[in-house]
Amino acid sequence: MGYGFAAILRRDLLLAFRNRGEIANPIIFFFIVVTLIPLGLTPEPSRLAEIAPGILWVMALLASLLSVEGLFHSDYRDGTLEQLVISPQPLYLMVLAKILAHWLITGLPLTLLAPVLGMMLSLPAAGYLPLVLGLLMGTAVLSLLGAIGAGLTVALRKGGLLLSLIVMPLYMPVLIFGASAVQRSVDGFSVQGPLAVMGALLAFSLLIAPFATAGALRVSMHG
Amino acid sequence: MSQTPQLILDSIAFERDDCLLFSGICLSLESGEILQIEGPNGVGKTTLLRILSTALMPTAGKLLWQGNDVARHRQLYLQNLLFLGHLPGLKQSLSPIENLIWWRRIYRDRSPLTNEEILGSLGLCGYEDIPCYALSAGQQRRAVLARLLVTEAPLWILDEPFTAIDKQGVADLEALLIAHARRGGMAVLSTHQDLGIANVRRFPLVASAEVV
Repeated sequence: MGYGFAAILRRDLLLAFRNRGEIANPIIFFFIVVTLIPLGLTPEPSRLAEIAPGILWVMALLASLLSVEGLFHSDYRDGTLEQLVISPQPLYLMVLAKILAHWLITGLPLTLLAPVLGMMLSLPAAGYLPLVLGLLMGTAVLSLLGAIGAGLTVALRKGGLLLSLIVMPLYMPVLIFGASAVQRSVDGFSVQGPLAVMGALLAFSLLIAPFATAGALRVSMHG
Repeated sequence: MSQTPQLILDSIAFERDDCLLFSGICLSLESGEILQIEGPNGVGKTTLLRILSTALMPTAGKLLWQGNDVARHRQLYLQNLLFLGHLPGLKQSLSPIENLIWWRRIYRDRSPLTNEEILGSLGLCGYEDIPCYALSAGQQRRAVLARLLVTEAPLWILDEPFTAIDKQGVADLEALLIAHARRGGMAVLSTHQDLGIANVRRFPLVASAEVV
């Protein structure tokens, strides 16, 4: 049952390693934007600290949105997706493997990079732990929800804009609770609430998103 | 010896954009049979094969596999099916051997043949570790045909399998098909070539002129 899952995970990670340049794109985008903010706005630490939680989260979200478009694209173009849809194994698990691989190559590096960028934006010390914890869960939610949109638009010639429109509203709770966790921690409040909501979002999307994505892919493939 | 048909197509019809592509297709396939779908370009050969692979749903009619309706027993049918479509499913940035390893994992192939032996038998000796984008179209086709050697599925559905391969490749593939049929396997393929295989059943697909 799980062999399809393992095979897809290994293959996608190998493919990501082969196409390193493409994969590094969203992370470099994240890095560049956050580097430019102090130059464009103000280098003053107190003002940067004020906007840092929001900026970091918005950029992580956009970086994730940028990369999720390609989740099924190459598989669709070369016929692999068709093979997966007509494979006797559960599409749910195979989709989950693809999402996990996507998170490992975008969400996880973004999360690990975030404290460094927080430092560049003079994020106060109290903000780091909720930032990393929030991103760790939040980027996974973004990958899961993004996959639904990617599945729905994969067969469209110019699905990029549509994908953003479909996925953006779903991303908003993640942004709100993620940024507020960091902000609350910086202001000296408890972060349990927003992080708990984030955990709930993760649990919910983990259950629903692979099913929804598998359904979306079937609809896309049947044309 | 008369056998019970394994696969039955019961008056399959397909309609696209209010235009009837074909209708009333009735066919049956027994163990050891090879069926060649013929017809001019655009008549719907690929569509028919995609319906057989369940990648497309027929507008009307049904498929029966060993007497079971495929729409209701899809899992059972898919376990017995190998579909090689127009798009080969070959990862361009991976080498033939890496593609083969992935297929073997997906098909849970336990045959004792090594990857090198399989690719060697398809004339890809020396090209195992070159990324597929650097191979010629014919070599890529051969790398795709490796899938036929690592599956135990009795029903092969091949869409234009002879595209881009040379004479030796055609002969190799024909030999594969003959061996498959001898083992009791079945194959449905679309091609414009005349096959060098005895006992190939031909099915001419004719366009349906009706507009719904």
